[in-house]
Amino acid sequence: MAEARSKNSRPEDRRYLETHEWVKIDGDTMIVGITDFAVQELSNGNEGDLVYCDLPEVGRMLKAGETFGEIESVKAVADLNSPVAGEVVEINTSIEEHLEVLSKDPWKEGWLIRIRPETKGIDKLMDVKAYEKFLSEKAH
Amino acid sequence: MKQTPLAEAHQKLSAKMVEFGGWNMPVQYGPILDEVVTVRTKAGLFDLSHMGRVRVTGKDRERYLDTICTNFVAKIPLGAIRYSLFCRADGNPIDDLLVYRGADEVFLVVNASNTDVDLAWMREHARGFDVKVEDQTDELGMIALQGQASQAVLQEMTSSLDLASIGYYKFGFGTVSKIANMRVSRTGYTGEDGFELYVPKNDVVRIWNECLAHGAKHGLKPIGLGARDTLRLEAGMPLYGHEIDATHNPIEAGLEFGVSFKPEKGDWVGRAALEKVAQKKSRHLVGIQTDGPRVPRQGYELYDGRTKLGYVVSGSVSPTVKANIGTCYVPTTHGKPGDKVELDIKGKRQAATFCALPFFSRTRK
Repeated sequence: MAEARSKNSRPEDRRYLETHEWVKIDGDTMIVGITDFAVQELSNGNEGDLVYCDLPEVGRMLKAGETFGEIESVKAVADLNSPVAGEVVEINTSIEEHLEVLSKDPWKEGWLIRIRPETKGIDKLMDVKAYEKFLSEKAH
Repeated sequence: MKQTPLAEAHQKLSAKMVEFGGWNMPVQYGPILDEVVTVRTKAGLFDLSHMGRVRVTGKDRERYLDTICTNFVAKIPLGAIRYSLFCRADGNPIDDLLVYRGADEVFLVVNASNTDVDLAWMREHARGFDVKVEDQTDELGMIALQGQASQAVLQEMTSSLDLASIGYYKFGFGTVSKIANMRVSRTGYTGEDGFELYVPKNDVVRIWNECLAHGAKHGLKPIGLGARDTLRLEAGMPLYGHEIDATHNPIEAGLEFGVSFKPEKGDWVGRAALEKVAQKKSRHLVGIQTDGPRVPRQGYELYDGRTKLGYVVSGSVSPTVKANIGTCYVPTTHGKPGDKVELDIKGKRQAATFCALPFFSRTRK
């Protein structure tokens, strides 16, 4: 199934944070991951530079914006922040052993956590256009 | 942000650039861990033009430097280089440096981030001495060749100087790629054999490119500051702002070899304070390696159960040791190699083991 993509191949079916996480509605739950930009910043295009990903316990309650984990590369550690408030109902356990997945496919296979949100709706977060505008302004 | 003469060359090599000590510097050209392995197995080329270079002349130069340097400058053999520090009266360093003792000058290499502070400190303490303190940072670039192939690469470019005759921590002057009287020292910050070159600024790009060209067949590659930090940590070498700073003195850091309490040296700034520390050290710098995936990072705390023991000052993934390594300060009652300890990483514990420094040491020829 072909997904709608922006010109930089960032999916249009989800919302973005300035801290480079994405969130996508999936039925009653939401899936959270990090963007290709975040992966690039951490790994500089070398998948071997990612060394560790710390994800929360299933059942943990998160506030919007709360740090739920950390991702670590050879030279840096970055926080993982939750786009929405809710309960962690599933984590992608395969990521911890296969961080290279994040370099290959941060949008689908590289998802990090699934949240049962307290409130529906993510419309107030950035869409892909706004996120890419944010990235281009950041670069200048 | 200041640019080295090689800024454009780094861009062409697609380096990732970062601010370091006020300079725009290459942090990596390719994967950092690959760059570490290149230096350990072949050779690497580094732009070190950001480092401060200071020439001291005048008849009182050695007597003067012996009042602000921790080592015994007047006792350095001619043509040799020694590690030293500038300390405040409280014994805490404002910088560490290398001291080159020449026949009619003393040449100092200091850290980029501290160059201005060092120069102000040196001028303030020069009163009453017949000395001239000259900042040569802008007129000279600095390039390092590090790794086992360094001598072979550099000798191809060098005439009137047999590099084999320059011993470790010695320097000489030779013609390198047609530039006469270039200062060449057998020094480095990687734990490997290698050389550092002091190049007139207008020739830096040409020398850099010639090193890359001559080194290609030996596997020499440009190496960024990211790998340099890992290489120096593996080799147990201190970095200002980590192992030493305004609250961590050289005695605690295990740098006694750079500190002279000989009576003949006379008094120097920080001497009394450091003599006290040396008589009774309460904490010391030790190594750790983690027994898991987490990497020690500056500021992480070390625990024995509920008791806080100390904290990490440097850390890195080490492809040479094949572990995640770090340096940390703990009480002198702790830190025995082999003992277990726990790192606290935002409330989560990572098991670690104390180990001896340095993590890596190559037997010198």
